[in-house]
Amino acid sequence: MKWTTIKRVLIAGAKNFVRGDAVSVATVLIMTVTLTLIGSMIFLSALLSFTLNTITNKIDVSVYFVTTASEADILAVKNQIESLPQVESVTYTSAADALTAFRARHANDELTLQALDELGGNPLDASLSVHAKDPSEYGSIVNFLEASPALSAGGTSIIDRINYAQNKSAIDRLTLATQAMRNIGFAIVILFAIASILIAFATIRLAIYTAKDEIAVMRLVGASNAYIQGPFVVTGIIAGIIAAALVLLILWPATWYVETKTIGWFGGFNVASYYSSNFVLIFLILMGSGIALGAIASVLAIHRYLKA
Amino acid sequence: MIYFDKVTKRYGDTTALEEVTLSVAPKEFVSIVGHSGAGKTTLLKLLLAEERPSDGVVFFESVDVNELPSSALHHYRRKIGMVFQDFRLIPNKTAYENIAFAMEAAGRTDSEIASDVPYILELVNLADKASRFPDQLSGGEKQRIAIGRAIINQPDIIIADEPTGNLDPINTYEVVEILKKINELGTTIIITTHNKGVVDAVGKRVITIDRGKLVRDDTEGKFVL
Ligand SMILES: Nc1ncnc2c1ncn2[C@@H]1O[C@H](COP(=O)(O)OP(=O)(O)O)[C@@H](O)[C@H]1O
Ligand SMILES: [Mg+2]
Repeated sequence: MKWTTIKRVLIAGAKNFVRGDAVSVATVLIMTVTLTLIGSMIFLSALLSFTLNTITNKIDVSVYFVTTASEADILAVKNQIESLPQVESVTYTSAADALTAFRARHANDELTLQALDELGGNPLDASLSVHAKDPSEYGSIVNFLEASPALSAGGTSIIDRINYAQNKSAIDRLTLATQAMRNIGFAIVILFAIASILIAFATIRLAIYTAKDEIAVMRLVGASNAYIQGPFVVTGIIAGIIAAALVLLILWPATWYVETKTIGWFGGFNVASYYSSNFVLIFLILMGSGIALGAIASVLAIHRYLKA
Repeated sequence: MIYFDKVTKRYGDTTALEEVTLSVAPKEFVSIVGHSGAGKTTLLKLLLAEERPSDGVVFFESVDVNELPSSALHHYRRKIGMVFQDFRLIPNKTAYENIAFAMEAAGRTDSEIASDVPYILELVNLADKASRFPDQLSGGEKQRIAIGRAIINQPDIIIADEPTGNLDPINTYEVVEILKKINELGTTIIITTHNKGVVDAVGKRVITIDRGKLVRDDTEGKFVL
């Protein structure tokens, strides 16, 4: 297309939008609703991911070592585990640290502390607490540890026990539950997004339906299909951009308001700071959706009136 | 210039046109008359390649218009200026923009548009209403804008389907005068009408169609229905 053609299409599209009055306002409003829904879905899926991560972060598997295991050997095992691709992090707790923590936990429990003192020494074992990247990976991590037991100088395994077997069913259930939540959550997000997109499409189709006689006239005057279609696409894109800008603007006070009303509800998920720290991404998603929706809906809606 | 060779058009069971053969030479002013439903509009639609003949061939400058590929169709239509009974202006464009649009669509430059549109507005006596929208114009004014749009790209021919059908006698007279002026400047014109006054005012060739058949072709304007 030549530059004059592009310029004419842009000007005609802008004029259509300005002169469209009620139709333009309605299109912008509907698209604002659509994009608000899409925006909410971004926050909802972020919240969902955050919550599921918080839950799965609480899951771990602890590896307890025999009392004779040296710290150096344990740290060697730690290095080995850390190098596994499925492992997120490994935390080492020495026997002394375990004891301090135990005492602190039972500070108000005279009886237990008394029993501990009577035992003498440190009955607690050193341990490694292993976090997998995904809860479903624990099985393979444990298999690895059992298949290649870390050996002490004496030739016997320095690993005393792994608390996996007794946690397995709980971990499995949690894994299933989080997976199901993820699937259902994203299905809902996608469903809402599709529903809102269809509504926007219907609105633009109606707007173009009102112009069908005009399109017939343009054809009779000898305008090419691209030249007829162009301004409608531009009008749709303008509506999409304005709607996206409105939503981005509304989201500032809205996320702030939601944040102040729901402090602590979402286990530390901060809606307002999520918005400001992901602003560029959300801006791109909403602007992109607005422009794509406006353009694609216009092209599809006008298509049926262009048959020569 | 235009040649209908035994053209028949059927819509299902109705035969809108039956074996019509006619030819139109350059610079002619032809009035097609006939009762409502006689097939006048159908004849024009066939010429515009908006409809295909059921039988026969429609030639425009020796080209079978139905052989034109759809990519060439909009070029073909720019050679023809169309005027309709219901004006068919674009409602959200001003009088000026409605005329300019036809030039833009034909890919003319901004400077051509800036010089030609005022000239045409002058020709149809509407220079003072250039920035009005169609719903701010009378029927006669709308039709004159439509005629301006039809002639702006210097088409080979103007086709007007009952251009005065919605106009009072005074506006009818003005529209006919403008069409005659355009014809005198060298453009071929075909109009359809049921108005005897229009045929008499034009005073040129009259083709009469009755129930799809061409029944009369008089070189000196006679209105017989
Ligand atoms: N699209 C169509 N479908 C079916 N019948 C049609 C269609 N267009 C016209 N006709 C019929 O063809 C005949 C001629 O119509 P038309 O050419 O519009 O007449 P005129 O313009 O002389 O009043 C009429 O009987 C009309 O009902
Ligand atoms: Mg008719």
